[in-house]
Amino acid sequence: MPKVTTVVIGAGHCGLAMSRCLADRSIDHVVLERGEVANSWRTQWWDSLRLLTPNWLTRLPGYCYQGEAPDGYLTAREAGQLVADYARVIAAPVRTHTTVTSLRPDDGGYLAHTDQGSWQAQAVVLASGACAIARVPALYKKVPAGISMLTPMDCRNPGQLSGGGVLVVGASATGIQIADEVHRSGRAVTLAVGEHVRLPRSYRGLDILWWMDAAGVLDERYDEVPDLVRARNLPSMQLVGSSERMTMDLNALSERGIRLAGRLTGVTDGHAQFSGSLPNLCALADLKLGRLLDNLDAWAASAGFEGAWPPQRFPPTEVPSFPPLGLDLRGGEIRTIIWATGFRPDLSWLDVPVLNRKGQIVHDGGVTAWPGLYIMGLPFLRRRKSSLIDGAAADARDLTAHLAGYLRLRATGGLPPRNTCQT
Amino acid sequence: MTVTNTPVDNGVNVDALLGVRTALADTPEIAQFQWRATCSWVRGTHSRSSVDTFYGFGGEQQHKTTFTYDADHPLAFAAEDNGVTPVEYVLVALASCLTAGVAAVAQQREIQLHSVRATVEAEMDLHGILGADPEIRNGFSGVKVTYAIDADAPREEIRALVAQSQKRSAVYDVLTNPTYVTVDLA
Repeated sequence: MPKVTTVVIGAGHCGLAMSRCLADRSIDHVVLERGEVANSWRTQWWDSLRLLTPNWLTRLPGYCYQGEAPDGYLTAREAGQLVADYARVIAAPVRTHTTVTSLRPDDGGYLAHTDQGSWQAQAVVLASGACAIARVPALYKKVPAGISMLTPMDCRNPGQLSGGGVLVVGASATGIQIADEVHRSGRAVTLAVGEHVRLPRSYRGLDILWWMDAAGVLDERYDEVPDLVRARNLPSMQLVGSSERMTMDLNALSERGIRLAGRLTGVTDGHAQFSGSLPNLCALADLKLGRLLDNLDAWAASAGFEGAWPPQRFPPTEVPSFPPLGLDLRGGEIRTIIWATGFRPDLSWLDVPVLNRKGQIVHDGGVTAWPGLYIMGLPFLRRRKSSLIDGAAADARDLTAHLAGYLRLRATGGLPPRNTCQT
Repeated sequence: MTVTNTPVDNGVNVDALLGVRTALADTPEIAQFQWRATCSWVRGTHSRSSVDTFYGFGGEQQHKTTFTYDADHPLAFAAEDNGVTPVEYVLVALASCLTAGVAAVAQQREIQLHSVRATVEAEMDLHGILGADPEIRNGFSGVKVTYAIDADAPREEIRALVAQSQKRSAVYDVLTNPTYVTVDLA
């Protein structure tokens, strides 16, 4: 059976960033990939999906976007190509078409079974992605027959939808982009809005993510935020990448004719029920945006930076006076429901007891309680930017340093035998 | 005169609340609560409810005393007005829940409150409960809460207090979201 010091599972931007950092420390490793490099970016998404980060913010250890549109936004396919180029440039030891079927502790290390044989390793980095499975709330079971239900992973473009109205559930980056595109295809769209993160695409003439990067907001660390549970569960920012640099907040969607409803809270007797709390969720998002802009302006003043434009404030979200509280799903008005209700990792093959009662992996900044087992790419893993491509570099460097320390301890016998850490 | 920094005190033990949240991570079962009330008919539309026990933190709990509440309909409904109407109890519940939240959030954010006053107005079309128009619901068509708050904080921060208290309010959730309700004969 082949032995290697470290197995990295997943050849996306996280796994490859880790590979590069391991190589920098001469730690031998292999990157196991179920498909091609950057598999999810190439295969998984809505055709028109673009990164919500500007191209210049696509920075990986020893690599960055080098195209001619630094202020543009890559499509998912282009992002896949960039990640594939990165794998080639850093000569990452990737084994493609190698699906891990189980990972378990073994003889003081780990044993990874794959459909192409097994590997023994001292350390393992899980980098198979935070967005492997679309999350769908359990109430989907009560949706009456005759309504098509899709996730952002099931459909590529509005042409695949049946005619008639569409209910998009969720107003994060994915939900707002799909709502807009389906609306532009001529279908009536209702958008069920829960908690959301409102952002303008541009602020004082520059991309909002330029500001958040420059002011250090994206670097905020997981051990510094006041409420990490909340920070890790925040929906993705309401941003879309487009050549027009459109702001796609709820006001923009309303103006285009998309109907807003509150959070989808139930389906009873064929009726969808929406929460009456939409005004407060919008107020919370407006207040949070105001605080962010205050902080950015304060940073600009203290840094002596004078943006192209003076400070701006945006009008409050206009909540309809009477957003629908219910919708008859049997009435024919809604033919399709798209669940843009988030994603989760697929760790079904992980046979190491590091999951909590909700099936989520327990970790401290990517370091699990099992020595030598790490995870990358989850929201706010170590920093606010951990879920962005740009966040992989710093996280990979930190985790590689930790992993190297662990290997040193092993080599000097400083670690307790594995079976004494168990249970 | 010596000026000292008086610590913010709204009378809320935030450390205890956060301690509970920490404890829940290890023992999620202590989070399972059951709230109870009993209600006895007196006469006409007059009833008297009492509340004394609840279950939570893994065991039976008891209020300091048994609290009782009279409910009735007003004279204008040809009733005796022995207490406020049930729907007005809902307003009391909402306002007191949100106000407790304002105090707790203010304490955690170190904002000293001086006065907090909520005014609640709920609109209702009587065609609903009288069965006179099947298209009109029995309950409120809308509820409006207006806060007047005097606190040592800028207006935006006070607005954020009110918004956060809605986000964490049980009664606000009960009113804005559907709930399974079953009513059986014992």
